[in-house]
Amino acid sequence: MNAIVDTATAPTSTAEIIAHCQAMFDDLDFTAARAWKNAVPGRKVVGFLPVYAPLELIHAAGCLPLGLFGGGDRMEVIHGDAYYQSYICRIPRSTVELGVTGRLDFVDGMIFPFVCDVIRNLSGMWKIMFPNVWSKFFDTPQNFDPEIGGRYYAAELQELREGLQTLTGRTISDDDIRRSIALYNDNRRLVRAVYDFRARTPWKAPTSEVYLLMRAGLMMDVEEHNRLLAAYLAAADAEDRPKRDNVRIAVYGSFCEQPPLNLIKSVEMAGCYVVEDDYALVNRFLTQDVPTDGDPIEALANAYLKHSVETSCKYVPREEDKGKFHIEQVKKARAEGVIYATPSFCDPALLDRPMICRRLTEAGIPHIAFKYAENSGQMQPIREQAGTFADSIKLWS
Amino acid sequence: MSEVVKEPSMLLQKEMIAKNYDAITSKHHTGRKVSSTFVPGNLNELLLSFGILNNLPEINAIQNGMRKLSGDYILEAEKSGHSEDVCTYVKADIGMMGKGNVAPNGKPFPDPDVLLLSYTGCYTFMKWFELLREEYKCPTLMLHVPYEGDGHSTKNMRDYIVRQLKEVIIPGLEQVSGVKFDIDRLREALRNSAKAEDDLVWVLEQGKRTPSPIDAYFGGVYYIGPIFTAFRGTAEAIAYYQALRQEVQARVDAGQGPVTPDGSNFTDQKYRLVVEGPPNWTSFREFWKMFYDEGAVVVASSYTKVGGMYDLGFRHDPDHPLESLADYCLGCYTNRNLPTRVDILTKYVEDYQADGLLINSIKSCNSFSAGQLMIMKEVERRTGKPGAFIETDLVDPRYFSAANVKNRLESYFQMIEQKRRGAARAA
Repeated sequence: MNAIVDTATAPTSTAEIIAHCQAMFDDLDFTAARAWKNAVPGRKVVGFLPVYAPLELIHAAGCLPLGLFGGGDRMEVIHGDAYYQSYICRIPRSTVELGVTGRLDFVDGMIFPFVCDVIRNLSGMWKIMFPNVWSKFFDTPQNFDPEIGGRYYAAELQELREGLQTLTGRTISDDDIRRSIALYNDNRRLVRAVYDFRARTPWKAPTSEVYLLMRAGLMMDVEEHNRLLAAYLAAADAEDRPKRDNVRIAVYGSFCEQPPLNLIKSVEMAGCYVVEDDYALVNRFLTQDVPTDGDPIEALANAYLKHSVETSCKYVPREEDKGKFHIEQVKKARAEGVIYATPSFCDPALLDRPMICRRLTEAGIPHIAFKYAENSGQMQPIREQAGTFADSIKLWS
Repeated sequence: MSEVVKEPSMLLQKEMIAKNYDAITSKHHTGRKVSSTFVPGNLNELLLSFGILNNLPEINAIQNGMRKLSGDYILEAEKSGHSEDVCTYVKADIGMMGKGNVAPNGKPFPDPDVLLLSYTGCYTFMKWFELLREEYKCPTLMLHVPYEGDGHSTKNMRDYIVRQLKEVIIPGLEQVSGVKFDIDRLREALRNSAKAEDDLVWVLEQGKRTPSPIDAYFGGVYYIGPIFTAFRGTAEAIAYYQALRQEVQARVDAGQGPVTPDGSNFTDQKYRLVVEGPPNWTSFREFWKMFYDEGAVVVASSYTKVGGMYDLGFRHDPDHPLESLADYCLGCYTNRNLPTRVDILTKYVEDYQADGLLINSIKSCNSFSAGQLMIMKEVERRTGKPGAFIETDLVDPRYFSAANVKNRLESYFQMIEQKRRGAARAA
């Protein structure tokens, strides 16, 4: 059982902070979330899947938003395979495995955001498998006109709010939502600060650490995560770490099913500093603060329409804009190349890959692509590919 | 292999499809505009009201699959960077473009004037049209149809679709066609649709008879051809479904089963199946033969509902034209959530007195396939009838293993026999 660290008083070094995050990341019994729930009678936990869910509403309902990103490489999938055909990604199998093995038996609600047809169908399976768990497929608009997609989305957010009210038996006021928005604005600012810090000084904030910091943050109360982010920034800045002759790269295509931690580490060990990525996008999905005045539902809807990242589960209305976001991010982070790393059978990422890679080619940005699964075990080919890519950039770019 | 024997309605349909391809490939002479759009949730009546022709990439992929061309097209697309993991309809379409973009009539496909992305029940459509847009550089009109995640549509979903129709799709089609929107033309087309839909439902429901005068899967793909594609809303579709109805009525009167591709009437029906999932197109006839050789007839299928669930009562409604289009899009089979699909299939097994549910799980179609093993178990549990699971692909010949499919089917039929013997003993 992993110890639950009180981050209000505790870790001050990056090693301590990351050890705490690693413990949460490794814990497929979700001990910390169970402890949060048990600390106060009546508390509820709402799980959510990638890529984006309006966590502010879950928080405003007094619930803990619990990020569920599959079972990783430490869990054997036995039951999950009995639900799916052969040719499919692994995250739905391991999510089912988490469910049927009782690891999520404390989760009171589940939100399945729109990502692809697999996650969509998983939402219906959950209704059949766990009829006593409130579950919701959360469809985000593909029309970005405030009068069309915005009106639709505001009503969907309102429906989500009502669902959460029914689940918790408490009214969610506009002020509740505004307070949560403010906390998540703080969170987004700190998250951006960490990523900016990594882009500036990647040797001081390795991606394997930043990743754990962010993944753990999606399983804890936002205020606790805010303290942790601030502590990490201060600790990482203060530490003296050697700078290596690594190549600066961006990783795209990994927004849903996550690669094993060893894969993330392997890319770094192969001579790459990851200075930009789309791992577990949730807390970076909105790129700007959400206004805390006015109608909070409209504020969340408009933020989605106007200030969200480009990723494969969103439609790009204008052909000329396709991939523009990625190129701008690459330039902003001063990445020298892109690794397009996708889970096997990931429709969104794999259908997008030719278009994004074409745009990268046009922009003169070197790139390579490979596939993984959350339980991929063989890292040598990844290291070789990433290492060769890094060498080629050093030699030829 | 001997020549395939076709029923009169099949020949009629063949003529209709050929005529549509000729109209598409002659657009430079006729000046007509051409749209590319998808089958589920397509807005054919709306396109008709603007005089725009309808070209369907999925149908082209099916045509190329049945004509044994898709394998090369898929390889062509994979060579240009498309993953082996994704939808083979997409790759067959893109590969076809790479190899000259020739239509089934041997003439080159013209570039579409508009990509009408009616995004219903399948995520891949969205990326497919982003990929085509990159190639054709033509306007893309996106109609986002929300998924019925809670098992029903809501007013918000319907309003969202109607607003898109009014503010995005119709103005966009006016611009492409140069034709002003005429709601009465749309109403007329919707009226035509409803008539044809009545006859289609009558035909599909004949599967409840014993022997079944139809095969609702292999025959069914022909029955749904006109109404799911470029003909819904036309007088031709009405005539086709009247002819089809008469043809099926004649078999009902004679107590006959459907005509097999070999030309015999398939009346000695030993097993009645409900089938979930699309068929395999590259080995379509071989696949079909595996069924009728064993005496298995398909009495109902979900694939015949991808372009609309008319059997559940939906009809296009000329009195509420835009709302009716919205309801149509929302109600297509794969836009319904898994519990609803389980309900529908359970009802089919019961209403059509089937021996069980067979799932043909498609390698590259997650919209249909993700979670189908659970569907099978649920339907088995509720009906007490055995289910079976086979895996093939749409148009990628690499994923059709005849021996495996045949083995599984034979095992399944043995299972049904055992179940029957058990039931007889219990009685």
